Amino acid sequence: MKTYNQINDKIASGKAVVLTAEEMKDYIDKYGVRKAAKEIDVVTTATFGPMCSSGVFLNFGHSKPKIRITQCWLDGVMAYSGIAAVDCYLGATQVPDRDPVNSKFPGKFEFGGGHVIEKLVKGETVELFAYSYGTQEYPRRDLRTRITLADMNQAIMVNPRNCYQNYNVAVNCSDKRLYTYLGQLEPNMGNMSYCSACQLSPLLNDPLYETIGVGSVVWLAGARGHVFSEGTQHCPSCLRTENDVPAEGAGTLALTGDLKKMRPEFVRGCSFVGYGASLALGVGIPIPVLNERVAKHLAVRDRDIQAQVIDYSTDYPQRTGNVLGSVNYEQLRSGCVDFMGKKIVTSSLSSYYKALEICEILKAEIKDGTFLLSQPLAQLPVKQGMKPLNIKK
Amino acid sequence: MIITQKYFLHFPVCETNTPIIYKLVKDYDLEVNIFRALVSSEGEGYLVLDVKGEAGSITKAMEYVASFGVTINSVERGVVRDETLCNHCGNCVSHCKAGALHIADLKTRKVAFDDKLCIACGKCVDNCPMKACSTVF
Repeated sequence: MKTYNQINDKIASGKAVVLTAEEMKDYIDKYGVRKAAKEIDVVTTATFGPMCSSGVFLNFGHSKPKIRITQCWLDGVMAYSGIAAVDCYLGATQVPDRDPVNSKFPGKFEFGGGHVIEKLVKGETVELFAYSYGTQEYPRRDLRTRITLADMNQAIMVNPRNCYQNYNVAVNCSDKRLYTYLGQLEPNMGNMSYCSACQLSPLLNDPLYETIGVGSVVWLAGARGHVFSEGTQHCPSCLRTENDVPAEGAGTLALTGDLKKMRPEFVRGCSFVGYGASLALGVGIPIPVLNERVAKHLAVRDRDIQAQVIDYSTDYPQRTGNVLGSVNYEQLRSGCVDFMGKKIVTSSLSSYYKALEICEILKAEIKDGTFLLSQPLAQLPVKQGMKPLNIKK
Repeated sequence: MIITQKYFLHFPVCETNTPIIYKLVKDYDLEVNIFRALVSSEGEGYLVLDVKGEAGSITKAMEYVASFGVTINSVERGVVRDETLCNHCGNCVSHCKAGALHIADLKTRKVAFDDKLCIACGKCVDNCPMKACSTVF
């Protein structure tokens, strides 16, 4: 048994033993869970992929004369202004008002909120345009100016749902191509698309949220961030296989961090033809090896993690609940799976390569004593379902 | 010696009406496999193709093509991948039927592009969420 304080003391004195999630699995295979729990202090996990439920709160500062913004746009992308005078929330999936979206299907969605956020992190200038109805203390009715991240008082990333514990694997059983948030799906199960950092993924290495909770410090695109809540659609009561590993969506995290401290290579606007714009984000989460139970969960490998294959031509859009079957991440990462009597090529929207890179960066930061862990203030719910929306007539 | 060579040709406005490719087959005895072609709204022509035949014949044929002011590029394939924009998610890989985009290392899942195999179909352009792949035309 170790405590957070003991582990932090070791990190601060440069004596902590830190492994990446991949290294930990090899260590456990070689020396067993008991020795791993004793010898290893921290394991770094990570994920890098599109996370639509992301965005930033921005504070522009006050113009002269002042304005109480009621509507505003950054590079033509509307940000929600129904908050205080010069605050707004820019969402990752918002597209410019002028975008033809899917009016000529499939739309390209070449630019959106995620791209504006990427530009800000890169230090580029964006155009701010704002309206107001004018008040006695905020007389200005409109403004148009150029602004950078450095010009703003605060830029706080607040993401209601990141780091899905597990996710659907998509196929297309129809006879025409589908354009989805999991990429293009070729007819007649012509390909299979998934989105997970697999065995590196934070919540797959802590399946019952024993170390990751509200208040946990995370590496959010290079900045120190925090888990501020369970994520939206957090649904821990789900199908689980051996070692408590969820075989479907399950848990999610709500994350926050300072945009000004983020690294541009880990905050990337992205576009899905026919679907929309989004933001690909890199998240690293350290797992303190508090005891043997935590270590045992860290032993999970791709072959132990199942994901459900869903038909995105009918079952997903119509919410039938039908599942075609299951595959594991070892099969998915191999590039080809045998499924329903057919060999299907697989590909991912989540980058294993970048997740590995984040595991290594976080490991280095912990080893050099600059990244300390924090004990959660509250545990994430372990029993909780997810309600559908029933349309009332 | 029979060889196969890939070319990216850019035709000036004045030559898009000349049946140059026909001549390659008829006069230089070359097999031609066209991957991608476009006549732009300005009247310029772009062509990505494989030519197969005697090395000497290919050289002479390209001298003939060049005599029309056609720019011949044996390096570019019409599709360009900017590695600095690539996140190595691998989404492109299952869409690249030619196998040009592939996983170079299964352990890290790093994506690589072998442009010799590229047939300039352009599927990667639509499928890359990061716009790392683009077409020259």
